[in-house]
Amino acid sequence: MLYFARWKIALIILVVLAGLASTLPNFLSPDTLRAWPDWLPKRQIVLGLDLQGGAYLLYEVDRKDYEAKRLTTLVSDIRRTLREEPRIGYTGLGIQGSSVQVRIRDLTRLDEAKTRLEALRNPLVSSLFGGQEIDEFAITASDDGLVRFEFTEEGLAQRVRSVVQQSIEVIRRRVDELGTTEPNIQRQGEDRILVEAPGESDPQRLKALVGQTAQLTFHMVDTSMSGEQALQSRPPVGSIVLNSVDDPPLPYLVEEAPLLSGEDLTDAQVSFDQRTNEPVVNFRFNTAGARKFAVVTQQNVGRPFAIVLDDEVISAPVIREPITGGSGQISGSFTVETANDLAVLLRAGALPAKLTVIEERSIGPGLGQDSIDAGKLASYIGAAAVVIFMILAYGRFGVIADLALAANVLLIFGALTFLQATLTLPGIAGIVLTIGMAVDANVLIFERIREETRAGRSAISAIDAGFSRALGTILDANITTLIAALILFQLGSGPIRGFAVTLAIGIFTTVFSAFTLSRLLISLWVRKRRPSQLPI
Amino acid sequence: MYLKLVPENTNYRFMWLRKFSFPLSMAIAVASIALFFTVGLNYGIDFKGGTVIEMKTNESPADIAAIRAGLGELNLGDIQVQQFGGPDEVLVRIQQQEGGELAQQAAVENVRSAFADSVEFRRVEVVGPRVSGELAQAGTLAVVTALVVILFYIWFRFEWQFAVGAIVTTINDIIVTVGLFVVLQLDFSLSSIAAILTIIGYSLNDTVVVYDRIRENLRRYKKLALPELIDRSINEMLSRTLMTSVTTLLALIALYTFGGEVIRSFTLAMIFGIVIGTYSSIFLAAPMLIFLNLRPGGPEKAKEEDDGAKATA
Repeated sequence: MLYFARWKIALIILVVLAGLASTLPNFLSPDTLRAWPDWLPKRQIVLGLDLQGGAYLLYEVDRKDYEAKRLTTLVSDIRRTLREEPRIGYTGLGIQGSSVQVRIRDLTRLDEAKTRLEALRNPLVSSLFGGQEIDEFAITASDDGLVRFEFTEEGLAQRVRSVVQQSIEVIRRRVDELGTTEPNIQRQGEDRILVEAPGESDPQRLKALVGQTAQLTFHMVDTSMSGEQALQSRPPVGSIVLNSVDDPPLPYLVEEAPLLSGEDLTDAQVSFDQRTNEPVVNFRFNTAGARKFAVVTQQNVGRPFAIVLDDEVISAPVIREPITGGSGQISGSFTVETANDLAVLLRAGALPAKLTVIEERSIGPGLGQDSIDAGKLASYIGAAAVVIFMILAYGRFGVIADLALAANVLLIFGALTFLQATLTLPGIAGIVLTIGMAVDANVLIFERIREETRAGRSAISAIDAGFSRALGTILDANITTLIAALILFQLGSGPIRGFAVTLAIGIFTTVFSAFTLSRLLISLWVRKRRPSQLPI
Repeated sequence: MYLKLVPENTNYRFMWLRKFSFPLSMAIAVASIALFFTVGLNYGIDFKGGTVIEMKTNESPADIAAIRAGLGELNLGDIQVQQFGGPDEVLVRIQQQEGGELAQQAAVENVRSAFADSVEFRRVEVVGPRVSGELAQAGTLAVVTALVVILFYIWFRFEWQFAVGAIVTTINDIIVTVGLFVVLQLDFSLSSIAAILTIIGYSLNDTVVVYDRIRENLRRYKKLALPELIDRSINEMLSRTLMTSVTTLLALIALYTFGGEVIRSFTLAMIFGIVIGTYSSIFLAAPMLIFLNLRPGGPEKAKEEDDGAKATA
């Protein structure tokens, strides 16, 4: 047990050096790292939100909202399809729960209507079932002329999947614009999106930017009556009352159908109004949008139109002259920041469906720093206590155990840095458990050596027997814990995973350091001193 | 010449103590379960939903009464306000709002705008009703599955009695730790689960180490009666068991004392767990083997045939 081949010694030293090289960047400032030669690792450990502050937001696609939107579009599609020449007479077109119904008046043309409506079944390519086609809607028609459109389960699921996909892209564009460092945006399960922004100092703003649907629309203002009047009586057919963003909100009566929407925008930038010096948002339409905008403004000179964001009127300027250049300006009571955020939202595009926050954790940078400082201090004191205690208990062998322990911790941090695993508070718990088990490994070996010495063995044979007998025990104990760690990693979420990762890494480094490093150090010492009695 | 926690060659009769330790453990476990169902855990927002806000007030010390009054005006239902860490640091807990996720968000918005000028928001955590249920489920599933697989592993490596003993011991440790959470009304959150996992890990490690020695001695002393054999094994391992526990406790006490408010209840649970884990591997895991009839045959019969074995030992 005490003989080591040269290559083995080299390998052990190499592993420890690799751990050191990987851990080292954590103790260096960014400036020093930049000057670092390229072949050395530069990555630093990733700290979890609980340790460095930042924002964790879990969103869920509002299925109800999405269904409602989709069904509204379907209704207008059905209307359009049936009104195509030759028209097919229908009645009672509308949304019933989560389906759309329409009754064909002339039963003799029911088959013709069915054939036409068949196109709206809207086959989608499934991303799950190997590109197989699935219908979004199931169409049923009864003999009395009633046609029903209902979401198929797979169709809706596929739609939600693509909504999540689109939302992730939009969110990524928005977050990137905000300049957040290394945001993590990913799908969670069927209909959820996780947004993590470690180190984000203004989680509130991030939340406001990510969660907003940002559907920009332009509507003509209905001037047939005032907003207040419309609220008290009833708005005319085809018009709705929308509130403004002002505090208190003012009601505006606008035409329900938008003239244009944000999809036609190509760019949006903040600038300052030359007269009032207030921040404004300049936007530019694409060619199609510019043409539509020109036509609309030409026809409506002198009338007000409303710029609406998510069903709230931002402003309602009067069209003074036709705007043919394809660009315009939104002014409102903006601050530089709100104007900037609006520009970001417009550039990134609207979310395809409403998102609801179902879990939110935002930790200010101050608290994170306090946690790290306290954690560091505590770790140093704890480490010092362990080191001193081991030396008191085992003398020279205690020093060896401490060296092995130090190498162990080094390897854990090296591995965490190398794998770019996130270190969280529960992760630190995993490390503490590892240290406990690593101490245990050394204690098991030393106590076994003591026992063998007491049983009358010579120094070298006691060490030999101590190591080989303790090996089985240490392996059994560590494998049992490793099994637990692997299962927790597989099934657990968030903090449980963080714990499992450090624990699993720690088990490997513990077994390594106890069985190679401690043994190597003791064997080197024995070879040098050739003791007849053990200092243990 | 070195620090020794226990003298060499101890010969304590641990198994004789099982007459007391078994009923005692059982009583504590039953009491823990009873407390769990009557008093109940102080569930944090991770499992119950709701909002936690940690704020630092501009003036020091914080005027807790004023904050409570300010929150009271917002009609948020059950609220708790307490000092947390420094004199100007305050922790606010707000119950899960009725009306789902949106109501929850609106409540936080209200609090933020009401206190925007007077405090710094250091931490805001909001967990909705759907997520909290899932977190609890996923956590429980992970722990239970891990226990079952470990049961099979130990069965495979040792005998079934060892496997059952280890699992019963571990479950006892979990129950008693949960009992501690109930008694002290510590906030039971996701990191408490991590603490419990650590305790499981430590307790298992300890149990397996003791079992390993028992297995070794079972091979060595073929005729020795089980209680004596277990006593001998535990005594042989006593120095190691205490050394490891004390060392780990040293590290944990440092974390508890200097590690800051955030991890305090977490480390407290772990300290308790190490003590329980050490106790249970000696007084519960080991005597379980006798209880499960690991080596059949009466002690008298075994003693007679044992003299030969003792001579060779």
